[in-house]
Amino acid sequence: MYRSHVLVCGGSGCTSAGAPKILEVLNKEIAKAGIKNEVSVVETGCHGLCDYAPIVVVYPGPTFYSKVRPEDIPEIVNEHLVNGQVVSRLVHNAEITDEGIKSINETDFYKKQYRIALRNCGIINPENIEEYIATGGYEALGRVLTQYTPEQVIQIIIDSGLRGRGGGGFPTGIKWKLARANDADQKYVCCNADEGDPGAFMDRSVLEGDPHVVLEAMTIAGYAIGASQGYIYIRAEYPLAVERLNKAIAQAREYGLLGKDIFGTGFNFDIELRLGAGAFVCGEETALMTSIEGNRGEPRPRPPFPAQKGLFQKPTLLNNVETYANIPQIILNGPEWFSSMGTEKSKGTKVFALGGKIRNTGLVEIPMGTTLREVVEDIGGGIPNNKKFKAAQTGGPSGGCIPASKYDIPIDYDNLVGIGSMMGSGGLIVMDEDNCMVDIAKFFLEFTVDESCGKCTPCRVGTKRLYEILDKITKGNGTMEDLDKLEELCVYIKENALCGLGQSAPNPVLSTLRYFRDEYIAHVKDKKCPAAVCKALLSYVIDPNACRGCTLCARSCPNNAISGKVKEAHVIDQDKCVKCGVCKEKCRFGAILIR
Amino acid sequence: MKSLEELREIRERMRAEIGLDKDRFNKTRVVVGMATCGLASGAKPVFDALSNMVNEKGLTNVSVVPTGCIGLCQYEPIVEVIEPGKDKVTYIKMTPEKVLEIVDQHLVRGNIVRKYTISEMVG
Repeated sequence: MYRSHVLVCGGSGCTSAGAPKILEVLNKEIAKAGIKNEVSVVETGCHGLCDYAPIVVVYPGPTFYSKVRPEDIPEIVNEHLVNGQVVSRLVHNAEITDEGIKSINETDFYKKQYRIALRNCGIINPENIEEYIATGGYEALGRVLTQYTPEQVIQIIIDSGLRGRGGGGFPTGIKWKLARANDADQKYVCCNADEGDPGAFMDRSVLEGDPHVVLEAMTIAGYAIGASQGYIYIRAEYPLAVERLNKAIAQAREYGLLGKDIFGTGFNFDIELRLGAGAFVCGEETALMTSIEGNRGEPRPRPPFPAQKGLFQKPTLLNNVETYANIPQIILNGPEWFSSMGTEKSKGTKVFALGGKIRNTGLVEIPMGTTLREVVEDIGGGIPNNKKFKAAQTGGPSGGCIPASKYDIPIDYDNLVGIGSMMGSGGLIVMDEDNCMVDIAKFFLEFTVDESCGKCTPCRVGTKRLYEILDKITKGNGTMEDLDKLEELCVYIKENALCGLGQSAPNPVLSTLRYFRDEYIAHVKDKKCPAAVCKALLSYVIDPNACRGCTLCARSCPNNAISGKVKEAHVIDQDKCVKCGVCKEKCRFGAILIR
Repeated sequence: MKSLEELREIRERMRAEIGLDKDRFNKTRVVVGMATCGLASGAKPVFDALSNMVNEKGLTNVSVVPTGCIGLCQYEPIVEVIEPGKDKVTYIKMTPEKVLEIVDQHLVRGNIVRKYTISEMVG
């Protein structure tokens, strides 16, 4: 009967890290200590922690020693096996806590990020106002109300260079100044939280993770322009954000940070929510205000601009969630701090929602001027499955595709517009070589056709015609004249649509035509889809040399389109084939090809 | 709120509470990512299991709180353990079962459950 067992890992990792020597020294030391009859030494298989080889485990316990060197053995034998004292400096867990597990902040994902709008997301409890206060929350509001005039506040925002984060990029400070300049008995501060771009969820995350920052910033804006009432227009599809905002508003009222006589200065301000019913066009500013008024959410011509006649015909300031999320930090740290980040005309940071063919899907905040390559490769972790980067789509249905040739362009408002896309609200969808660019353009046009409110003809009819031409091309019926027609119609819609939705709807078509015209031509002239996406243009065939005649594909085909004898090459009947791709998925010999 | 002093009083008290004031931080803070991405991948049962277990074990020095999107949506549910004087530990793809192991090993015994950490699972 042994009183102790010592296991020495004999896996290949540990062996190459010197386990045989450990075993030898261990046996020698145990004999020297005269405990050979009390302790058994066992060589075991791999523990799976080859990074920490060689590994020695002592039972009872067990005590897990890692990275053991031969010179450590006398200590283990004399201290642990003879005296019963664990050698803590060699224990695996102790090593972890001393050196520290690689902190999440040190990963590539976080290293290149700089978080202003997201600074509290994932850090504080969003349902506890005191945690927000702990991070410096409401200090900016307190300072503004007690130490600054409204004009000073506006000047700070102008000096910071902050531009609207909703997509347009209009200078925020100028917007505030215009809203202040118009006299009225009542003014309003609105927040656009009707985030509708497919794949975008930046605003939702701010509202869910740090709702008070928006309340604080809107109150500051209210003081700056002379308003006493705020509205947050938020889509009903964000129930959690709505719930947290409601809780935050109730708490802010309880703490006297909303309501009457805030900070004892006599300033009054309150905020209410208005829920959107899921119309994309209500993210457009005039449609949004029409919807808050209780009318059908349709845009109206500008001028008059909201700063002159906005909500209920009163001067109104409307900013996006992320824009507001920057305000308190700008007040606290000064405009120079903010304008020291970014590029010449785009200051600060921008939040992006990464999606599509990228390893780290999620939410990132980067300084303006970071290149697309850094965002995709370093922060996003690159493209999975060894595929090549083909394009990135920014700005949703209003934006465009950035091709690989512009991979190193620094991301800012003007650069993106210059290459035919736009910043948009921050959705960033990465595409690889398996994405068909004509199909992508068609997808976004389908979205805008659905979401067009129908008020103006260029958008209502024009986007529908655009969609039809794209559909024709993806089905292999397009002509070269169609490409010219597409371009002409795009320009016409851009010039004549009533609101931002229609004016920007052709962008996905224009940008793909500009950078991927060869793909359009392949669809039209060769009747081929190079990425093998457009079903009408591809056919599944069996390579007779690779086919082993296992019959699996024939048995899997839902339409009985495959025939052939056992152990003979099979054939796909092209008239019956519905191009579902099941055969290709099932084939174990890679014999099914797409042409 | 009638004055900035009143606000600063709350701030000073809370800074220690949530670990921003390192010198006065003396509790273990466990945050669970509970934005839409977290909830969709099952953060609620994880949060419930975690807080029940912490109560059951009488770990009065541990506070369990929900938080917003940590930014790594594909690794949700995410649980982070912040202890005074130590690096933050990020556990990913949590389940109610795994989180019990973390209470047992990490919160009670002080051993990091390495196999569930982001550095181990993602590398």
